[in-house]
Amino acid sequence: MTTTNERRETENEDWVACIALIRDDGDERAFARLFAHFAPRVKGFLMRSGSDAAQAEETTQEVMATLWQKAHLFDPSRATAATWIFTIARNRKIDALRRQKRPEPEDLPWGQDPEPDQADVLALQQESDQLGTAIAALPEKQRVLIEKAYFGDLSHSEIAEQTGLPLGTIKSRIRLALDRLRHEMK
Amino acid sequence: MTNIRPEIKHHLTDPLLMAYSAGTLPEAFSLTVAAHVSMCDECRARLGSFDSVGGALIEQTEAEDVSEDTFAATMARIRAGGPRDAKPAPRTRSDVLPAPIHDYIGGGLDAVRWRHVGMGVKQAVLPTARDATARLLYIPAGAAVPDHGHRGTELTLVLQGAFVDEVDHFGPGDIEVANEDLDHTPVADIGADCICLAATDAPLRFRAMIPRLAQPFLRI
Repeated sequence: MTTTNERRETENEDWVACIALIRDDGDERAFARLFAHFAPRVKGFLMRSGSDAAQAEETTQEVMATLWQKAHLFDPSRATAATWIFTIARNRKIDALRRQKRPEPEDLPWGQDPEPDQADVLALQQESDQLGTAIAALPEKQRVLIEKAYFGDLSHSEIAEQTGLPLGTIKSRIRLALDRLRHEMK
Repeated sequence: MTNIRPEIKHHLTDPLLMAYSAGTLPEAFSLTVAAHVSMCDECRARLGSFDSVGGALIEQTEAEDVSEDTFAATMARIRAGGPRDAKPAPRTRSDVLPAPIHDYIGGGLDAVRWRHVGMGVKQAVLPTARDATARLLYIPAGAAVPDHGHRGTELTLVLQGAFVDEVDHFGPGDIEVANEDLDHTPVADIGADCICLAATDAPLRFRAMIPRLAQPFLRI
């Protein structure tokens, strides 16, 4: 249905704008819109990952507060809002559920693009939407396996070959953003 | 900082990148993955794509109602948190050690507390959670790594120099992903002393190993 797709795209475009409003103006109404969409999803993700409701509620607050605190570090040419929020939720989950540290890679030496190209941002968003559609359309067995891997029910050695995941375009897109950034920051 | 990057031939596998993205790896493995990604743009981009899968799952996951006062409680947290985090200072690294390893040592190579394990080889175990072990290995040029059969998974990331085994030649930034099927004797290249980060889950992951060990028998 094109209407759903169009709505999803505008919604998603909105998230990047919302995060910019939070970053630039501390805009609580923009934050409230993001919150209404993402907080229940983050909570659902945490509960499916083994948190009880009370802990998930607490961790969701931490995740959303972190989003506000780190809004200036969000780079929409390298991750969509949903992907960025996923990484924040995942890190909180490791902290809260497994009580382990998570070593993070170095950030790129040339840092972050202050003004990412709008075309890049849009292209990444579209490709992420396509990835989402493709995941939803995977055969049930394969999709369940991927969900289990991300919700923490599978160890790395149990994760079989994920041939069903169409990651090629999105990887190229991110690679392109990295290359462009490297080039511009020279 | 130099931007001259080694040509990396040996990369992380999809299951490892996916598990790192999902946040389910033992800390010692996460450290090794984070160190390799710090050196390898190819795997950084692949990791970005696995994070995108996580983003898609967040979008698709069944939403759970949050309680009425959650938004107000979050705003209170934000206000109590004071001004926004400053842009983080670049993390410290050294010529040989990427920042994630530097963090665990609390300094550069000169801060490593080596222990001799024989034949000129030295090791230093890094302080991670005990479900897997990460150690730095120092192998003099031309020396062989003492026999270390792996029963679980072993990741070996080259930081300096190179080693050769039955599989291939591994230079700076290359990572070898080995399991119990691989019987190998890594030998440091004669060009320079070799420093590696090696992570293994064998000794303490007995339960997780059972299905893998049982596999060959079940097939009979």
